[in-house]
Amino acid sequence: MRVFTVVIAIAVGLLILLGYFLPLLAGVQILLLNWALILAGAAALVGVFNILFVHADKIRRREKGSAYSAFLIIFLVATLLFGLILGPEHISMQLVMDAIILPVEAALMGILTITLLYAAVRLLRRRADVMSILFLITAVLVILGSATLPFGDVPLIGTTVRPWVTQVLALGGARGILIGVALGTLTTGLRVLFGIDRPYGGN
Amino acid sequence: MNGFIVELGIIGVSTVLLLVITLWKRKSPSKLREIPALTRLYRAIGLSVEDGTRLHISLGHGGLLDARAGSALAGLAILRGIAEKTSVSDRPAVATAGNASLGLLTQDTLQAGYQAAGVEELYTPTMGRVTGLSPFGYAAGAMHITQNENVSANIMIGHFGPEVGLLAEASDRENVIVIGASDDLAGQSVLFASSQDALIGEELFAAGAYIGTGASHAASLTVQDILRWLIILALLAGSFFKLAGVNF
Repeated sequence: MRVFTVVIAIAVGLLILLGYFLPLLAGVQILLLNWALILAGAAALVGVFNILFVHADKIRRREKGSAYSAFLIIFLVATLLFGLILGPEHISMQLVMDAIILPVEAALMGILTITLLYAAVRLLRRRADVMSILFLITAVLVILGSATLPFGDVPLIGTTVRPWVTQVLALGGARGILIGVALGTLTTGLRVLFGIDRPYGGN
Repeated sequence: MNGFIVELGIIGVSTVLLLVITLWKRKSPSKLREIPALTRLYRAIGLSVEDGTRLHISLGHGGLLDARAGSALAGLAILRGIAEKTSVSDRPAVATAGNASLGLLTQDTLQAGYQAAGVEELYTPTMGRVTGLSPFGYAAGAMHITQNENVSANIMIGHFGPEVGLLAEASDRENVIVIGASDDLAGQSVLFASSQDALIGEELFAAGAYIGTGASHAASLTVQDILRWLIILALLAGSFFKLAGVNF
Protein backbone atom coordinates (compact mmCIF):
# COMPACT_ATOMS: atom_id res chain seq x y z
CA MET A 1 0.00 0.00 0.00
CA ARG A 2 2.83 2.36 0.96
CA VAL A 3 4.69 1.68 -2.29
CA PHE A 4 1.45 2.25 -4.18
CA THR A 5 0.93 5.73 -2.63
CA VAL A 6 4.55 6.67 -3.34
CA VAL A 7 4.25 5.59 -6.99
CA ILE A 8 1.00 7.57 -7.41
CA ALA A 9 2.51 10.67 -5.76
CA ILE A 10 5.67 10.57 -7.89
CA ALA A 11 3.75 9.90 -11.13
CA VAL A 12 1.27 12.73 -10.48
CA GLY A 13 4.08 15.11 -9.48
CA LEU A 14 6.04 14.32 -12.65
CA LEU A 15 2.98 14.69 -14.88
CA ILE A 16 2.21 18.11 -13.40
CA LEU A 17 5.82 19.23 -13.74
CA LEU A 18 6.11 17.99 -17.34
CA GLY A 19 2.79 19.71 -18.14
CA TYR A 20 4.62 23.04 -17.85
CA PHE A 21 7.09 22.02 -20.57
CA LEU A 22 5.15 19.67 -22.87
CA PRO A 23 1.92 21.10 -24.37
CA LEU A 24 0.76 17.50 -24.90
CA LEU A 25 0.45 17.05 -21.12
CA ALA A 26 -1.11 20.46 -20.39
CA GLY A 27 -4.65 19.01 -20.35
CA VAL A 28 -3.64 16.25 -17.93
CA GLN A 29 -1.90 18.83 -15.75
CA ILE A 30 -5.04 21.02 -15.54
CA LEU A 31 -7.20 17.99 -14.76
CA LEU A 32 -4.88 16.86 -11.95
CA LEU A 33 -4.68 20.38 -10.51
CA ASN A 34 -8.48 20.63 -10.55
CA TRP A 35 -8.68 17.35 -8.63
CA ALA A 36 -6.18 18.77 -6.15
CA LEU A 37 -8.37 21.86 -5.71
CA ILE A 38 -11.43 19.70 -5.01
CA LEU A 39 -9.42 17.67 -2.47
CA ALA A 40 -8.20 20.90 -0.85
CA GLY A 41 -11.84 22.02 -0.52
CA ALA A 42 -12.73 18.73 1.16
CA ALA A 43 -9.66 19.14 3.40
CA ALA A 44 -11.04 22.51 4.59
CA LEU A 45 -14.11 20.70 5.92
CA VAL A 46 -11.87 18.11 7.61
CA GLY A 47 -9.89 21.02 9.10
CA VAL A 48 -13.07 22.46 10.62
CA PHE A 49 -13.87 19.08 12.18
CA ASN A 50 -10.30 18.91 13.48
CA ILE A 51 -10.82 22.24 15.29
CA LEU A 52 -14.08 20.87 16.69
CA PHE A 53 -12.54 17.61 17.96
CA VAL A 54 -9.48 19.29 19.49
CA HIS A 55 -11.60 21.72 21.48
CA ALA A 56 -14.19 19.09 22.44
CA ASP A 57 -11.28 17.02 23.81
CA LYS A 58 -10.08 20.02 25.82
CA ILE A 59 -13.52 20.43 27.38
CA ARG A 60 -13.75 16.69 28.14
CA ARG A 61 -10.37 16.81 29.92
CA ARG A 62 -11.32 20.08 31.70
CA GLU A 63 -8.03 21.62 30.56
CA LYS A 64 -7.02 25.19 31.35
CA GLY A 65 -8.94 27.60 29.10
CA SER A 66 -11.65 25.10 28.23
CA ALA A 67 -14.30 27.83 28.61
CA TYR A 68 -12.84 29.45 25.48
CA SER A 69 -13.06 26.08 23.74
CA ALA A 70 -16.76 25.86 24.64
CA PHE A 71 -17.37 29.33 23.21
CA LEU A 72 -15.50 28.37 20.05
CA ILE A 73 -17.57 25.21 19.55
CA ILE A 74 -20.88 26.99 20.17
CA PHE A 75 -20.14 29.75 17.68
CA LEU A 76 -18.51 27.43 15.15
CA VAL A 77 -21.53 25.10 15.08
CA ALA A 78 -23.99 28.02 15.05
CA THR A 79 -22.18 29.77 12.17
CA LEU A 80 -21.90 26.52 10.22
CA LEU A 81 -25.61 25.71 10.68
CA PHE A 82 -26.82 29.21 9.82
CA GLY A 83 -24.43 29.28 6.87
CA LEU A 84 -25.83 25.98 5.56
CA ILE A 85 -29.46 27.03 6.08
CA LEU A 86 -29.31 30.68 4.99
CA GLY A 87 -26.40 30.54 2.53
CA PRO A 88 -23.23 32.65 2.61
CA GLU A 89 -24.87 35.57 0.73
CA HIS A 90 -27.58 36.11 3.35
CA ILE A 91 -27.45 39.46 5.19
CA SER A 92 -27.05 37.75 8.60
CA MET A 93 -24.04 35.80 7.38
CA GLN A 94 -22.49 38.92 5.90
CA LEU A 95 -23.09 40.62 9.24
CA VAL A 96 -21.11 37.85 10.96
CA MET A 97 -18.24 38.63 8.61
CA ASP A 98 -18.49 42.45 8.71
CA ALA A 99 -19.38 42.91 12.38
CA ILE A 100 -17.39 40.12 14.05
CA ILE A 101 -14.62 38.57 11.96
CA LEU A 102 -13.28 41.72 10.28
CA PRO A 103 -13.25 43.88 13.46
CA VAL A 104 -11.58 41.08 15.44
CA GLU A 105 -8.87 40.69 12.77
CA ALA A 106 -8.43 44.47 12.66
CA ALA A 107 -8.07 44.51 16.46
CA LEU A 108 -5.42 41.78 16.24
CA MET A 109 -3.60 43.86 13.65
CA GLY A 110 -3.69 46.83 16.04
CA ILE A 111 -2.27 44.68 18.84
CA LEU A 112 0.40 43.49 16.41
CA THR A 113 1.52 47.07 15.75
CA ILE A 114 2.11 47.67 19.45
CA THR A 115 3.72 44.23 19.82
CA LEU A 116 6.19 44.99 17.02
CA LEU A 117 7.06 48.36 18.51
CA TYR A 118 7.65 46.69 21.86
CA ALA A 119 9.76 43.95 20.21
CA ALA A 120 11.89 46.59 18.47
CA VAL A 121 12.46 48.42 21.76
CA ARG A 122 13.51 45.18 23.47
CA LEU A 123 15.69 44.01 20.57
CA LEU A 124 18.87 45.60 21.91
CA ARG A 125 18.27 44.08 25.35
CA ARG A 126 17.83 40.64 23.80
CA ARG A 127 20.65 40.81 21.27
CA ALA A 128 23.00 43.79 21.34
CA ASP A 129 25.04 43.27 18.18
CA VAL A 130 25.85 45.20 15.01
CA MET A 131 23.00 43.64 13.04
CA SER A 132 20.40 44.63 15.65
CA ILE A 133 21.69 48.21 15.71
CA LEU A 134 21.61 48.40 11.89
CA PHE A 135 18.12 46.89 11.89
CA LEU A 136 16.82 49.51 14.31
CA ILE A 137 18.53 52.45 12.56
CA THR A 138 17.08 51.31 9.21
CA ALA A 139 13.60 50.90 10.71
CA VAL A 140 13.73 54.39 12.27
CA LEU A 141 15.00 55.99 9.01
CA VAL A 142 12.28 54.32 6.92
CA ILE A 143 9.55 55.29 9.42
CA LEU A 144 10.79 58.90 9.55
CA GLY A 145 10.89 59.01 5.75
CA SER A 146 7.43 57.50 5.27
CA ALA A 147 5.30 58.79 8.15
CA THR A 148 3.30 62.01 8.06
CA LEU A 149 4.93 64.03 10.82
CA PRO A 150 3.26 67.00 12.59
CA PHE A 151 6.28 69.25 11.98
CA GLY A 152 6.60 68.38 8.29
CA ASP A 153 9.09 66.19 6.44
CA VAL A 154 12.59 65.69 7.79
CA PRO A 155 15.01 67.14 5.19
CA LEU A 156 16.82 64.52 3.05
CA ILE A 157 15.33 61.53 4.92
CA GLY A 158 12.12 61.24 2.88
CA THR A 159 13.59 62.37 -0.44
CA THR A 160 17.05 60.77 -0.50
CA VAL A 161 17.82 58.41 2.39
CA ARG A 162 14.56 56.39 2.51
CA PRO A 163 14.34 55.79 -1.27
CA TRP A 164 18.02 54.77 -1.33
CA VAL A 165 17.62 52.42 1.64
CA THR A 166 14.40 50.79 0.35
CA GLN A 167 15.19 50.69 -3.37
CA VAL A 168 18.90 49.89 -3.29
CA LEU A 169 19.96 48.28 0.00
CA ALA A 170 16.69 46.61 1.00
CA LEU A 171 15.76 45.57 -2.54
CA GLY A 172 19.19 44.04 -3.14
CA GLY A 173 19.09 42.18 0.17
CA ALA A 174 15.51 41.04 -0.41
CA ARG A 175 16.43 39.65 -3.83
CA GLY A 176 19.33 37.73 -2.31
CA ILE A 177 17.08 36.26 0.37
CA LEU A 178 14.38 35.38 -2.16
CA ILE A 179 16.93 33.64 -4.43
CA GLY A 180 18.00 31.58 -1.39
CA VAL A 181 14.37 30.74 -0.59
CA ALA A 182 13.72 29.79 -4.22
CA LEU A 183 16.72 27.43 -4.24
CA GLY A 184 15.55 25.88 -0.98
CA THR A 185 12.06 25.45 -2.39
CA LEU A 186 13.49 23.84 -5.53
CA THR A 187 15.54 21.22 -3.65
CA THR A 188 12.71 20.55 -1.17
CA GLY A 189 10.29 20.10 -4.07
CA LEU A 190 12.67 17.69 -5.81
CA ARG A 191 13.09 15.65 -2.62
CA VAL A 192 9.31 15.28 -2.35
CA LEU A 193 8.89 14.70 -6.09
CA PHE A 194 11.30 11.77 -6.08
CA GLY A 195 9.93 10.27 -2.88
CA ILE A 196 13.02 10.95 -0.76
CA ASP A 197 10.84 13.00 1.63
CA ARG A 198 7.30 11.69 2.03
CA PRO A 199 5.05 14.14 3.84
CA TYR A 200 2.09 11.98 2.81
CA GLY A 201 2.99 9.33 5.39
CA GLY A 202 5.11 6.21 5.58
CA ASN A 203 8.75 5.72 6.42
CA MET B 1 11.11 28.58 -25.63
CA ASN B 2 14.60 29.53 -24.40
CA GLY B 3 13.17 30.16 -20.92
CA PHE B 4 11.64 26.69 -20.88
CA ILE B 5 14.96 25.11 -21.82
CA VAL B 6 16.78 27.01 -19.06
CA GLU B 7 14.13 26.02 -16.49
CA LEU B 8 14.20 22.38 -17.60
CA GLY B 9 18.01 22.51 -17.49
CA ILE B 10 18.04 23.87 -13.92
CA ILE B 11 15.58 21.19 -12.78
CA GLY B 12 17.52 18.45 -14.57
CA VAL B 13 20.92 19.53 -13.21
CA SER B 14 19.51 19.96 -9.70
CA THR B 15 17.93 16.50 -9.80
CA VAL B 16 21.12 14.79 -10.92
CA LEU B 17 23.18 16.72 -8.35
CA LEU B 18 20.70 15.93 -5.57
CA LEU B 19 20.65 12.20 -6.30
CA VAL B 20 24.44 11.89 -6.72
CA ILE B 21 25.27 14.01 -3.65
CA THR B 22 22.68 12.15 -1.52
CA LEU B 23 24.44 8.86 -2.32
CA TRP B 24 27.81 10.48 -1.55
CA LYS B 25 26.59 11.98 1.75
CA ARG B 26 25.28 8.60 2.88
CA LYS B 27 28.84 7.28 2.73
CA SER B 28 30.62 10.32 4.13
CA PRO B 29 28.44 12.72 6.17
CA SER B 30 29.65 16.31 6.01
CA LYS B 31 30.28 18.76 8.84
CA LEU B 32 27.84 21.65 8.93
CA ARG B 33 28.66 25.21 9.97
CA GLU B 34 27.12 26.30 13.25
CA ILE B 35 23.82 28.17 13.08
CA PRO B 36 22.94 29.34 16.63
CA ALA B 37 19.16 28.98 16.14
CA LEU B 38 19.51 25.40 14.94
CA THR B 39 21.91 24.50 17.76
CA ARG B 40 19.26 25.87 20.12
CA LEU B 41 16.60 23.81 18.31
CA TYR B 42 18.62 20.63 18.73
CA ARG B 43 19.05 21.35 22.45
CA ALA B 44 15.36 22.20 22.86
CA ILE B 45 14.36 18.80 21.46
CA GLY B 46 16.57 16.98 23.96
CA LEU B 47 15.50 19.17 26.87
CA SER B 48 11.79 18.74 26.21
CA VAL B 49 12.13 14.96 26.50
CA GLU B 50 14.22 15.22 29.68
CA ASP B 51 12.11 17.74 31.59
CA GLY B 52 8.71 16.51 30.41
CA THR B 53 7.69 19.66 28.60
CA ARG B 54 6.11 19.98 25.20
CA LEU B 55 7.40 21.30 21.89
CA HIS B 56 5.00 23.30 19.77
CA ILE B 57 5.80 23.18 16.08
CA SER B 58 3.95 25.86 14.13
CA LEU B 59 3.91 25.21 10.41
CA GLY B 60 2.27 28.48 9.38
CA HIS B 61 -0.51 28.96 6.88
CA GLY B 62 1.25 28.08 3.63
CA GLY B 63 -0.86 26.13 1.18
CA LEU B 64 0.33 23.11 -0.76
CA LEU B 65 -0.99 24.31 -4.10
CA ASP B 66 0.94 27.56 -4.38
CA ALA B 67 4.48 28.97 -4.22
CA ARG B 68 4.48 28.78 -0.39
CA ALA B 69 4.41 24.97 -0.50
CA GLY B 70 8.21 24.79 -0.25
CA SER B 71 8.33 26.20 3.27
CA ALA B 72 5.36 24.04 4.31
CA LEU B 73 7.11 20.89 3.04
CA ALA B 74 10.36 21.92 4.75
CA GLY B 75 8.41 22.34 7.99
CA LEU B 76 6.85 18.91 7.58
CA ALA B 77 10.29 17.32 7.11
CA ILE B 78 11.43 18.89 10.39
CA LEU B 79 8.22 17.83 12.10
CA ARG B 80 8.87 14.25 11.01
CA GLY B 81 12.30 14.29 12.68
CA ILE B 82 11.02 15.95 15.85
CA ALA B 83 8.05 13.55 16.11
CA GLU B 84 10.41 10.59 15.97
CA LYS B 85 12.74 12.05 18.60
CA THR B 86 10.05 13.21 21.05
CA SER B 87 7.54 10.37 20.62
CA VAL B 88 8.46 8.75 23.94
CA SER B 89 8.24 12.02 25.88
CA ASP B 90 5.66 12.39 28.69
CA ARG B 91 4.28 15.35 26.82
CA PRO B 92 4.59 14.71 23.10
CA ALA B 93 5.05 17.50 20.58
CA VAL B 94 2.03 19.33 19.21
CA ALA B 95 1.95 20.68 15.67
CA THR B 96 -0.36 23.36 14.32
CA ALA B 97 -1.20 24.50 10.82
CA GLY B 98 -3.23 27.38 9.42
CA ASN B 99 -4.22 25.54 6.28
CA ALA B 100 -6.52 22.53 6.16
CA SER B 101 -4.49 20.46 3.65
CA LEU B 102 -1.33 21.18 5.62
CA GLY B 103 -3.18 20.17 8.78
CA LEU B 104 -3.96 16.77 7.29
CA LEU B 105 -0.33 16.25 6.29
CA THR B 106 0.72 17.35 9.79
CA GLN B 107 -1.27 14.49 11.31
CA ASP B 108 0.05 12.04 8.74
CA THR B 109 3.65 13.15 9.32
CA LEU B 110 3.33 12.89 13.09
CA GLN B 111 1.88 9.40 12.75
CA ALA B 112 4.76 8.41 10.44
CA GLY B 113 7.24 9.70 13.02
CA TYR B 114 5.62 7.65 15.78
CA GLN B 115 5.52 4.63 13.50
CA ALA B 116 9.23 4.97 12.76
CA ALA B 117 9.97 5.19 16.50
CA GLY B 118 7.96 1.98 17.03
CA VAL B 119 5.36 3.62 19.29
CA GLU B 120 2.45 4.18 16.92
CA GLU B 121 -0.02 3.36 19.72
CA LEU B 122 1.03 6.59 21.51
CA TYR B 123 -0.04 8.74 18.59
CA THR B 124 -3.33 10.62 18.85
CA PRO B 125 -4.82 12.64 15.97
CA THR B 126 -5.27 15.74 18.18
CA MET B 127 -1.48 16.20 18.23
CA GLY B 128 -1.80 17.70 14.75
CA ARG B 129 -4.19 20.64 14.78
CA VAL B 130 -5.66 23.23 12.48
CA THR B 131 -6.04 26.31 14.67
CA GLY B 132 -7.52 28.73 12.15
CA LEU B 133 -7.87 29.24 8.44
CA SER B 134 -6.81 32.90 8.18
CA PRO B 135 -3.36 34.24 9.21
CA PHE B 136 -4.63 36.06 12.31
CA GLY B 137 -7.11 33.30 13.14
CA TYR B 138 -4.26 30.81 13.01
CA ALA B 139 -2.03 32.96 15.22
CA ALA B 140 -4.81 33.51 17.77
CA GLY B 141 -5.48 29.75 17.99
CA ALA B 142 -1.80 28.81 18.22
CA MET B 143 -1.05 31.42 20.94
CA HIS B 144 -3.47 29.55 23.19
CA ILE B 145 -1.32 26.37 23.00
CA THR B 146 1.87 28.15 24.06
CA GLN B 147 0.12 29.63 27.08
CA ASN B 148 -1.80 26.59 28.32
CA GLU B 149 0.00 23.38 27.42
CA ASN B 150 3.33 23.46 29.27
CA VAL B 151 5.32 24.26 26.15
CA SER B 152 9.10 24.73 26.48
CA ALA B 153 9.92 25.72 22.89
CA ASN B 154 7.90 27.18 20.06
CA ILE B 155 9.38 26.15 16.73
CA MET B 156 7.85 28.18 13.93
CA ILE B 157 8.91 26.93 10.54
CA GLY B 158 6.81 27.61 7.45
CA HIS B 159 5.00 30.50 5.84
CA PHE B 160 4.30 33.32 8.30
CA GLY B 161 3.55 36.96 7.70
CA PRO B 162 3.80 39.76 10.30
CA GLU B 163 1.19 37.96 12.47
CA VAL B 164 4.06 35.75 13.67
CA GLY B 165 4.86 38.66 16.01
CA LEU B 166 1.79 37.75 18.09
CA LEU B 167 2.96 34.15 18.42
CA ALA B 168 6.50 35.22 19.34
CA GLU B 169 5.22 37.70 21.92
CA ALA B 170 2.91 35.10 23.51
CA SER B 171 5.86 32.69 23.75
CA ASP B 172 8.12 35.36 25.20
CA ARG B 173 5.61 36.12 27.97
CA GLU B 174 5.66 32.45 29.02
CA ASN B 175 9.49 32.31 28.84
CA VAL B 176 9.21 29.84 25.99
CA ILE B 177 12.16 29.52 23.59
CA VAL B 178 11.27 30.88 20.15
CA ILE B 179 12.93 29.48 17.04
CA GLY B 180 11.48 30.94 13.89
CA ALA B 181 11.89 30.81 10.14
CA SER B 182 9.64 32.05 7.39
CA ASP B 183 9.85 32.30 3.61
CA ASP B 184 8.08 35.66 3.77
CA LEU B 185 10.25 38.79 4.05
CA ALA B 186 7.87 40.57 6.44
CA GLY B 187 7.68 37.45 8.60
CA GLN B 188 11.47 37.16 8.65
CA SER B 189 11.96 40.75 9.76
CA VAL B 190 9.37 40.36 12.53
CA LEU B 191 11.05 37.15 13.68
CA PHE B 192 14.44 38.86 13.63
CA ALA B 193 13.11 41.51 16.01
CA SER B 194 11.14 39.22 18.30
CA SER B 195 13.11 35.99 18.69
CA GLN B 196 16.47 35.14 20.27
CA ASP B 197 17.89 33.68 17.05
CA ALA B 198 16.03 33.99 13.78
CA LEU B 199 16.71 31.89 10.72
CA ILE B 200 17.15 34.10 7.68
CA GLY B 201 16.40 33.17 4.06
CA GLU B 202 17.39 29.70 3.00
CA GLU B 203 18.35 28.71 6.57
CA LEU B 204 14.69 27.68 6.82
CA PHE B 205 15.50 24.78 4.52
CA ALA B 206 18.66 23.81 6.41
CA ALA B 207 16.94 22.80 9.66
CA GLY B 208 16.28 19.25 8.46
CA ALA B 209 19.98 18.59 7.92
CA TYR B 210 20.85 19.96 11.37
CA ILE B 211 18.41 17.76 13.28
CA GLY B 212 19.61 14.71 11.35
CA THR B 213 16.62 13.82 9.21
CA GLY B 214 18.71 12.16 6.52
CA ALA B 215 21.52 12.46 3.99
CA SER B 216 19.17 13.97 1.40
CA HIS B 217 18.77 17.10 3.55
CA ALA B 218 22.53 17.59 3.78
CA ALA B 219 22.75 16.94 0.02
CA SER B 220 20.09 19.62 -0.54
CA LEU B 221 22.32 22.16 1.20
CA THR B 222 25.26 21.28 -1.04
CA VAL B 223 23.06 21.51 -4.16
CA GLN B 224 21.78 24.92 -2.99
CA ASP B 225 25.37 26.09 -2.49
CA ILE B 226 26.39 24.92 -5.98
CA LEU B 227 23.36 26.59 -7.58
CA ARG B 228 23.99 29.78 -5.59
CA TRP B 229 27.55 29.97 -6.89
CA LEU B 230 26.29 29.40 -10.44
CA ILE B 231 23.80 32.26 -9.99
CA ILE B 232 26.54 34.53 -8.60
CA LEU B 233 28.76 33.72 -11.58
CA ALA B 234 25.86 34.32 -14.00
CA LEU B 235 25.10 37.70 -12.37
CA LEU B 236 28.77 38.73 -12.50
CA ALA B 237 29.09 37.59 -16.12
CA GLY B 238 25.88 39.45 -17.00
CA SER B 239 27.18 42.64 -15.39
CA PHE B 240 30.53 42.26 -17.16
CA PHE B 241 28.93 41.77 -20.59
CA LYS B 242 26.53 44.67 -19.98
CA LEU B 243 29.50 46.90 -19.09
CA ALA B 244 31.33 45.73 -22.19
CA GLY B 245 28.27 46.62 -24.29
CA VAL B 246 27.52 43.04 -25.33
CA ASN B 247 23.78 42.30 -25.50
CA PHE B 248 22.31 38.81 -25.80
